[in-house]
Amino acid sequence: MTGYILKRLVSAIPVLLGISVIVFLIMAMIPGDPATAILGSYATPENVEKLNRDLGLDQGLVPRYFIWLGNMMQGDFGRSFALNRPVIDEVLDRFGATLILAGTSFVLCSILGIAAGVVSAARQYGFADKAITFVVLLGISIPSFFLGMMMILLFAVRLKWFPVSGMWPIYGDRNFWVLLDHLAMPAIALSVVATGVIARLARSAMLEVLRQDFIRTARAKGVRESRVIWRHALRAAMVSIIPILGIQAGFVLSGAVYIEMVFQWPGVGRMLVDAILKRDILLVQGGVVFIAACYVMFNIMVDVAQALLDPRIKT
Amino acid sequence: MMAFLKLLARNRLALAGLIVIWIVVFLALITPLLPLADPDVTDTPNRFKAPFSEGAVLGTDHLGRDLLSRLMWGTRLSLAMGVAAAIIAATLGSAIGIIAGYFGGRTDNIIMRGVDMLMAFPYILLALAIVAALGPGLMNALFAVAAVNVPFFARNIRGITVGVAHKEFVDAVRLAGMRDSEIILREVLPNVLPVIVIGMSTTVGWMILETAGLSFLGLGSQPPQADLGSMLGEARSALITNPHTSIVPGAMILIIVMGINLLGDGVRDALDPRLKSGALSRPMPATEVDRRETTRAQTDSLLDIAGLQTEFRVRNRVYKAVGGVDLHVEKGECLGIIGESGSGKSVTALSVMGLVASPPGVITGGAVHFDGDDIIGAKYEVLRSLRGRRVAYIFQDPLATLHPLYKIGDQLIEAIQTHETISKSAARSRAIDLLKSVRIPNAENRIDSYPHEMSGGMRQRVGIAMALANDPDVIIADEPTTALDVTVQAQILSVLNDLRRERGLAILFITHDFGVVGQLCDRVAVMYAGKIVEEGPTDAVLRNPQHPYTSRLIDCVPTLGGGQRKLAAIPGLPPVVDRLPDGCAFADRCDKVQMECRSGAIDLAATAPARKTRCLFPENTQEASA
Amino acid sequence: MTEALKLTDLSKSFPIGKRMFGPPRAMVHAVQPIHLSVTTGETLGIVGESGCGKSTLAKMLVGLLPSTTGQIEIEGAVLDNADPALFGKRIQYVFQDPISSLNPRKTIRQIMEVPLRKLHGKNKAERAARISEIFAAVNLREEFLDRYPHEFSGGQAQRIGIARALAAEARILIFDEPVSALDVSVQAQVLNLLADLKDQFGLTYLFISHDLAVVEAVSDRVAVLYFGSVVEIGSAREIFAHPRHPYTALLAQSAPEVGRPIAAPESAETELPDPLSPPVGCAFNERCPNATDLCRKDRPALKPDESGREFACFNPI
Repeated sequence: MTGYILKRLVSAIPVLLGISVIVFLIMAMIPGDPATAILGSYATPENVEKLNRDLGLDQGLVPRYFIWLGNMMQGDFGRSFALNRPVIDEVLDRFGATLILAGTSFVLCSILGIAAGVVSAARQYGFADKAITFVVLLGISIPSFFLGMMMILLFAVRLKWFPVSGMWPIYGDRNFWVLLDHLAMPAIALSVVATGVIARLARSAMLEVLRQDFIRTARAKGVRESRVIWRHALRAAMVSIIPILGIQAGFVLSGAVYIEMVFQWPGVGRMLVDAILKRDILLVQGGVVFIAACYVMFNIMVDVAQALLDPRIKT
Repeated sequence: MMAFLKLLARNRLALAGLIVIWIVVFLALITPLLPLADPDVTDTPNRFKAPFSEGAVLGTDHLGRDLLSRLMWGTRLSLAMGVAAAIIAATLGSAIGIIAGYFGGRTDNIIMRGVDMLMAFPYILLALAIVAALGPGLMNALFAVAAVNVPFFARNIRGITVGVAHKEFVDAVRLAGMRDSEIILREVLPNVLPVIVIGMSTTVGWMILETAGLSFLGLGSQPPQADLGSMLGEARSALITNPHTSIVPGAMILIIVMGINLLGDGVRDALDPRLKSGALSRPMPATEVDRRETTRAQTDSLLDIAGLQTEFRVRNRVYKAVGGVDLHVEKGECLGIIGESGSGKSVTALSVMGLVASPPGVITGGAVHFDGDDIIGAKYEVLRSLRGRRVAYIFQDPLATLHPLYKIGDQLIEAIQTHETISKSAARSRAIDLLKSVRIPNAENRIDSYPHEMSGGMRQRVGIAMALANDPDVIIADEPTTALDVTVQAQILSVLNDLRRERGLAILFITHDFGVVGQLCDRVAVMYAGKIVEEGPTDAVLRNPQHPYTSRLIDCVPTLGGGQRKLAAIPGLPPVVDRLPDGCAFADRCDKVQMECRSGAIDLAATAPARKTRCLFPENTQEASA
Repeated sequence: MTEALKLTDLSKSFPIGKRMFGPPRAMVHAVQPIHLSVTTGETLGIVGESGCGKSTLAKMLVGLLPSTTGQIEIEGAVLDNADPALFGKRIQYVFQDPISSLNPRKTIRQIMEVPLRKLHGKNKAERAARISEIFAAVNLREEFLDRYPHEFSGGQAQRIGIARALAAEARILIFDEPVSALDVSVQAQVLNLLADLKDQFGLTYLFISHDLAVVEAVSDRVAVLYFGSVVEIGSAREIFAHPRHPYTALLAQSAPEVGRPIAAPESAETELPDPLSPPVGCAFNERCPNATDLCRKDRPALKPDESGREFACFNPI
C-alpha cells in the first residue's frame, strides 16, 4: 500500500505541472500589457517597468513560465498589489477558514447523501424513497447562495437562532461552540446541493448493485436483509460512490465561494472574488494554483481509499 | 419519437416540468412584446416599493427599477446563457469524448490526460481564472462556464463510446468496408446521441445555476443589464430590509431549474432502455406471493412442488414463466430439470426459496412443501432461516455470484455464522475443511484469496463449498457448469457427484445439457414453455422419450463420434410465454399434431410406473420403463 | 485442390501493462506462430477451450487485429492490413453474439446494405435485388427488412448475420462460435442452413467452437488449439475417435455423454496455465499423464505421422 501511495504521489507531479501550465496560459490571455493590468492604469511608468522586469515579462512565454514555476517552488507566489503583502501569506491566512467550512460540509454531505441514497434504494418506490427523491430534487435545484440568503432571513433575522454572518463575533470569546454557532448555517447551506447529488448517485449505484447476482447469493445463504443492504450492497456500491465523493469535494470547494460571499466568511473564495474585481492578478493566480494543488492531494487520498476498498485495483 | 413523447408524458412529474419550462420559455420569448417598463431606467425616489404597489406588481429594487420587468428580461438572459453554455459544452465535450473513445490508444491517452488536468481543478477555480484573465462580463462568464463543463462531457461520452466502439457491429461494418469517419457518424453517433441528450437535459439546469452564480458574484452580466444572478447579487445588501428584491429573482431561478431537472429526469428515464423494460428496479428480499388458494402437497417427499405458478409482470404484459409445475425430490436423490432457455426451469428453481427477482416476478399459485411445511408465502424470517441452512443454491456464473470485494474465506465464514453461533476461528477452520472437501488445492492459503484471483473452475468449487457450509438437505444447482469449459466441467461434475454420494444430498439440478443429466441425475423432468412435458427415470426418458418434444430435442443434440452429418432440427421457435396457445404449447412445432392437441389443457399423465407425459399421443409407450 | 487460405508463421502477442512511453511490462502470446492451410470448399473446424486463442486467430484472419508476425494468403494473394475493405471482399466473419453484432439503431435493410454499397458500389435497385436473393437463401422473410434487431430471436438474428456476410460475396467465411448462444433446437437449424449455403455458393468455412460434437458434425478437418498453439490436426472422423495428442483425448473424454459414468478425466486440480508465466516446454505438460522430462524442457513441434495426422507431442497416444 505504501508503494501505491508513493506511486500516486509521483503521478501527481505531471498533474501539478499541468495545472500550473493551464493557469499560466489562462493568465497569459490577459489582453494588453499585463503589468498595466496588474498595477492599474494610474501606475507610473517606472513601476510598470520594474514589475515587467520582476515578472520577466520582457521575456518570452516559455522562460516566463519557468521563472514563475521556480519562484513558486521556493514558496514565492508573488506579491498582492492590492493588499501589499506576499500572496502565500494571504492565501494561508484565508485557507484555514475555507477548510473548516468546506470540510464540515463535505463530511455532512457524504454521510447524509450516502444514507439517503441507500434508504431510498432499499425502499424503492416506497414513501421514504419518494420523500427523499423530492427533497433531493429541491436541493439540487436551489442556488446555494439563494438558499443561504433565505436561511439568514429565517434562522438569523426572524428566529434569531444563529448569527447572521461571519466566522467569529467581533467581541467576545473565540472557542469551539462559538465557531459551531457561526458555522452551522453556512455549512448546511453549502452541503445541500452536494448531498442531493450524492444521494441521487448513491441511489442509482445501490439499485445497480442490488440487481447483481452476488446479492442473490447472499440472500440464498440466508444473510439478514439489513446486512445484505448495508454490508454486501453498500460495500460494492461504494466503489462507484467514492469517485463521486472526490468530484463532489471539488463542488463543495467551489460552492464555498458563493457561501463565503453570502455569510461574510473570511475564506479564500471571497478573497479570490475580491481580487478579481480589484484586478489583483497575482493573488488570483497564486490562490488558484494553491487550492488546485490541495485538491489534487485530496484526490490522491480518494484514490487510496478506493484502493483500500477494492482489491481488484492493483496496488 | 412518438414513443419517446408518450413515455415522457406518462411521467407526471416530467410533464409538470415540461409545462413549467414551456411557460417560462414562452414568456421569455415574448418579453420584448409585452408592455413592460424599461428594466434599466433608474427611478431612485421610488426605490424599494413593496410588491403589489401601484405601477409595480412586484415592487422596485434599490434603484427604483421595476422588478417585474427586470425579472422577465433577466429570465430571458439567464435562460439563453444556460442553454448556450450547455450546447457549447456538450458539443465540444462530446466531440472530444467520441474521438478519444473511438480511436483509443495513444490518442485517447493524451486527450484524457488533458481532460484529467482540467478536472483536477475545483470547477469554479477554472472559471474564476478565466474571468480574471478576460475580465468580468457576460460573454466571458458564458465562455468560462462552458469551458469548465467540457471535461465532464468529454469523460462521460468517452466512456460510452468505448463501450459502443467495442461492440461487434462496429467490427462488422468495418469488414463491410466502412471507414472510420463514416463509422463514427453513422454507427457510433446514433448510439451515443441519447446519452448526449440525457447529459444536456440534466446539465442545463446546472449551467443556469453556474452562470447565475458568476453574475451573483459580480463577474457575469454587468450593470445595468439584468440577469437573475446579478439581480440577486445586487439585492443582497438589502436582504434584511427589503427581502422581496432577493426573493423574486431567487424564486425564479428555483422554478426554472426545478422544472428543467424534472424534465431532464423524465428525458433520461424515457431514453434509457434499461428503464424502459423496468429493469432498474431492485429485487426485494423475497419473491412477492399473490395466490388465491393454497395447494396441498402431493407426496410426502423432502421437497414437494405442487402446481407452482410464477409469472413476470412487466407493464401491461404477463409472462407466465412457470405455469403449474409439479415435482418432488426425495432424500439423497438427484432430480434433473432440463429445458431450453425460456422454458422456466431456472425460475422454478429460484421460486423454491423465493429468490425470483421481484418486481417483476410474482408467485401466483401452487405450493412448495419442504419437510412437510409450505414455504410459499411463509414469513420472511422462516424463509431466511431455511435458506442456506437446509436448502442451498449453486448458481451459474461463479464470477458474478461471489462478492467481488470480500475474500472467499470471509464469504464462507459468513455463510456458516449466519445460521450458527460459532467463533470466527472455528468458522475459519470449518471453511478450510469445506474448501478441502471440494478439492481446492492449498486450501489454507486459498482461503485468503479474492474471487478475481481464482479461475472459473476454482470459483465454482467455492460456490459449492459455500452451499455445503451448513450441511443442507437439498442443493439447488442452477446450471452450475454452463459457464465452464468442458474439461473443467467434468472436474466439477465429479466433485458434485462424489459429495452427493458421501453426504446423501438431495440435488435439484437445472441444465440444458442432456449429457450432464444423463451422467448425474437419477430422474429427469423435461420443461417446455413453463410446464413439465415429461418426467421419469433418466435412463428411461433418454432412451425411450415419450413426449415428441423430448425425442425431437434429443435428436437435435449432436453427439461425439457421429462424424460429419446433417442434424435433426425442430422447425419454428418456442412460444412466447405471454401468449401461450390453448392446448399443447409444442403443437405448432410437432410433426404429429392432431386437432385435439389444440383444444384445452393436457394433463401430465402417468404412462408407466414412475413415468409421466403431457401428450395425447405419446411415443415409445409399449417399451416403457426400460 | 487450391488453397483458399494459407497462414504462415502467424502469431499474435498482446502487451500487458502498457506505459505511456517505453516498452510494456510483459507480453502475452495469445497465438503462437501457426502454419495452417485450408483448401477451397473445405470446412476446417477449430476447437479449444476459452483462452486458447481461437477468437484472436479469427480476428487476425479478417484483419480486425493486426498480426504480430507472419502472413495470410487468401486465394493465393497475400493480404496486408492496409485496407479492411480488401479483406471484406474475400473473407467475412460471422460473430458469436448475433444481437450485439447488429447495430440496435439501424433497420435490417440498412445493415444489409452496407457491404453492398461499400464493397461493391451497387445502386439502390441492385441492392434491393441482391438482398432479396440472399434473404431467400437464408430462409428469412423480406418483411423483416424494415424491423430493428431487438425484434428478433437469437436464431433469426444469427441468420441475418450470415446474410450480411453473404452480401459481401466473400468466398471464405469464418464462424466464431456461431451457435453457442443458441438453444439446441435452433442450433441445428442454423448448422443445417450453413451446410446448404456452402453447397449452394461453393464456400470455404473456418468453423470455431468449443463444442466438439458440433465441430465434428460440420467439419471436414479439425484443428485442436491449446494455449495458443495447434496441438493436433486431422480429419474430423478420426481425430476424436483416435486422438494422438493427450489433450485431444482429454477433451473427447470430458464431453458429457449419456450413459457414460462420471469420472474426473484427470486429477481434479489442474487447469490452464497462467499466460503471464507460461510453462517451459510443452504447455500441456502439467496436466499430461504421459509427460516426461523432455516435455518439461522442450516444446514439441507439429509433425505429421504416416497417416497424415499432425500433432505436437513427444509421447503420443
